Amino acid sequence: MKPSLATTAPSPTIFQQIIHKRWIGKSLIIVVSLVVIWRVITALLENPSVFVQQVVNGLQLGFVYALIALGYTMVYGIVKLINFAHADVLMVGSFASYYAISRFNLHLWLSNVAPNLSPTISLLVGTVTVLVFAMLVCALMAFAIERTAYKPLRNAPRISALITAIGVSFFLEYFGALNFVFTPNFISFKRPFPVTTWALSSSGIQALESGVAPPPGSVLFSNIFIIIVISSIVLLFLLQYIVKRTKVGKAMRAVAYDKPTARLMGINVDGIISITFAIGAALAGAAGLLYAIAFPQIVFWMGIIPGLKAFIAAVLGGIGSIPGALVGALIMGQAEVLSAAYISTPMRDAIAFSLLIIVLLVRPTGIFGEPTLEKA
Amino acid sequence: MLKRMDRNTLVFLAGSVLLILLVQVLISFNILNSFWLTILRIGGVMAIACLGLNLIYGFNGQFSLGQWGFFAIGAYAAADITYRWVNNHSADGLVVLTLGVLITGLVFVLLGRLLGRIRGLDALSAFSLYLIAAIAVGFLSVFIGQFLIGPVSGLLSLLPSAIGIQLVFFLSILVAGLLAAELSFLLGLPVLTLGSDYFGIATLAITVIVKVLLDNSDTLFGFVEMKGARGMIGIPKIGSWLWVSIFLLATIIVVRNLLQSSYGRAIVSVREDEIAAKAMGIDVANFKTLSFVLGSLMAGIAGALYAHINGFLHPNTFNFIKSFDILIIVVFGGLGSITGTIAAAFTWALVLEGFLRIWLPEGFETWRYVVYPILLLLMMLLRPKGLFGGYELPFLRHSMPALSLKPATAALSSQPEPIPASSEADSGSAPGITLSRDDAKSTTEGS
Repeated sequence: MKPSLATTAPSPTIFQQIIHKRWIGKSLIIVVSLVVIWRVITALLENPSVFVQQVVNGLQLGFVYALIALGYTMVYGIVKLINFAHADVLMVGSFASYYAISRFNLHLWLSNVAPNLSPTISLLVGTVTVLVFAMLVCALMAFAIERTAYKPLRNAPRISALITAIGVSFFLEYFGALNFVFTPNFISFKRPFPVTTWALSSSGIQALESGVAPPPGSVLFSNIFIIIVISSIVLLFLLQYIVKRTKVGKAMRAVAYDKPTARLMGINVDGIISITFAIGAALAGAAGLLYAIAFPQIVFWMGIIPGLKAFIAAVLGGIGSIPGALVGALIMGQAEVLSAAYISTPMRDAIAFSLLIIVLLVRPTGIFGEPTLEKA
Repeated sequence: MLKRMDRNTLVFLAGSVLLILLVQVLISFNILNSFWLTILRIGGVMAIACLGLNLIYGFNGQFSLGQWGFFAIGAYAAADITYRWVNNHSADGLVVLTLGVLITGLVFVLLGRLLGRIRGLDALSAFSLYLIAAIAVGFLSVFIGQFLIGPVSGLLSLLPSAIGIQLVFFLSILVAGLLAAELSFLLGLPVLTLGSDYFGIATLAITVIVKVLLDNSDTLFGFVEMKGARGMIGIPKIGSWLWVSIFLLATIIVVRNLLQSSYGRAIVSVREDEIAAKAMGIDVANFKTLSFVLGSLMAGIAGALYAHINGFLHPNTFNFIKSFDILIIVVFGGLGSITGTIAAAFTWALVLEGFLRIWLPEGFETWRYVVYPILLLLMMLLRPKGLFGGYELPFLRHSMPALSLKPATAALSSQPEPIPASSEADSGSAPGITLSRDDAKSTTEGS
């Protein structure tokens, strides 16, 4: 804020104050947010258990988005590329876990090896194995994509890399749609574990049998929710550890900060970029399994919508920032679910995307984005 | 008048008119079947929309993904007007939209004069005022329009029906273009203050929002004839080759003349270096808005033509994945190249819709989109500067440099670096973001 106006005009009028403090624009945003907040609060007071249920659903969605958003944000942070192919890596992760489960029964390996073990433990281990498998497949694929498609364009204009990313995205989708690959049809995904649902009410937690109505005023959550939240949080901590505590992470941060200098310091910049792509893709692969568990219908274009939402979430949180991606994704999940429940179901995407535009107008680099140069 | 035309102009005009007539003759003698005719017309439509995006991105450096959203707005607006005329024999859509567009334009101009006097009005505040004005005008035009629908419908039905529908169609194209332009002006006010990548993402969001609105056009907004997510049918297929080519020619001439004027030089200077442009006394925000509005106008016109070529509109056609098509064509043709954009648009339509459908052997039709990305990758590797690599037809040649793209490596550092002005051309680089943000800040604070 410059003091020029105050010095030239000794006592600014109310009109000048309104213009200078940008009150007209601010009041528009304030009115819109007040309407939304009022709607949410009345919904909360009207029926708290339904509201909590929606929040739980939003959390489940938000954590899946967070895993995808991390891939976008890491790649953008390091090569300033909006990696549109990331959404299709998610799809490949879903299909990899589908084949692992339905064709190779990878989730049953422990119960085959040690039949006496309790089924809960063996299925848990099996699910984690499938998760790791999907992550590995996606990481290898992203590594290959990076080496063949993006690396030759390292010195090309940025728009070429973007067009290439779009091309890779098309290629993955439509190659997957071929009849001998994933087929163009919807495939029902077999969950690696049976679904159990619990009802949380004032009388405590109880498991729900199928066909039994849940007690009124209870909040339902399933083991899907628990698995998604726990595995997302574990992966997020793992990523935070890698980025903050390991040598690779340090190199990644260095490359993101200043590539030529990082190279002068003896960092293998190309290798680090490949590793970044691979880590992001591994997270997308994990998200692919979790997304397919939550919505067990998979098809070759399934990645587009969650990919776009996760990307928007990454921008919302401040692209390039890892905590930003998590926060943005959680906001995005809540915005989507709550606006579907309380404002307008068919318009939920429009509302979520308007939220992005409003946030960008208030904070031009997202919530956690670095406003480094604003003060300079 | 003729004396002032130089040789290049004459050659270009004569050549394009001859080409248009040649195609028309081929059509009239049924040598060109309807398949190839449709592809040619789609190519022309894409060329118009892509010239618009090239104006926004190639010449002004604003990375926009919203072109397809404005294309959709134009398509649906024009389709609604002609649909109502053909199926209900009522000019209600035409009258209300024309009135709305004209009054809104008038109000925007007057409001712009008024707000221009207030120093330091920020973009969001201006947006709020314009928004209120636009909503008021919308209601006003519906109110006034209801008295005019009867007389106008009567007058139009006095004409022979063949001429009447062509007149309604022509007006609907103009109205659709103006509607897209006014909406882009309104939305561009706040969004253009964002930095380049963020501008792209915000315009992508606009495209998605438009698609969602179209999905719900019948249930939430009461446009029953648009049929929401089921797709709009019954649009008269009157988007003939002549209409498309006339509008394409007009667009080319407008873009060419704009670029050769001082306005065009100002637009390009904003792309090259915003700070230097500002130092030369150029109102950067104004010229960003100008190119964005003009580009969207072309998108709206293209959309209107597209609707009447296809005869069928579906919101899925306007999903954000398709918005990359326009971007791809513009990059193919070369950013900042008019000839390249037109050639790339026709090539794109011919190859993707035409040859790939015919060349691929039986049973391999699904490989179309597998081949296409591979072509994309090869293109990006072999001809990163576009199809013609900076060549322009003599008539279209402008004194501006082609976009000198900076390698991605230079954009990698997130720190501000002292960049020589000549290399500060990549609109999408990290320093570009800081520049536009800086600009937003200083314009809003009324420096």
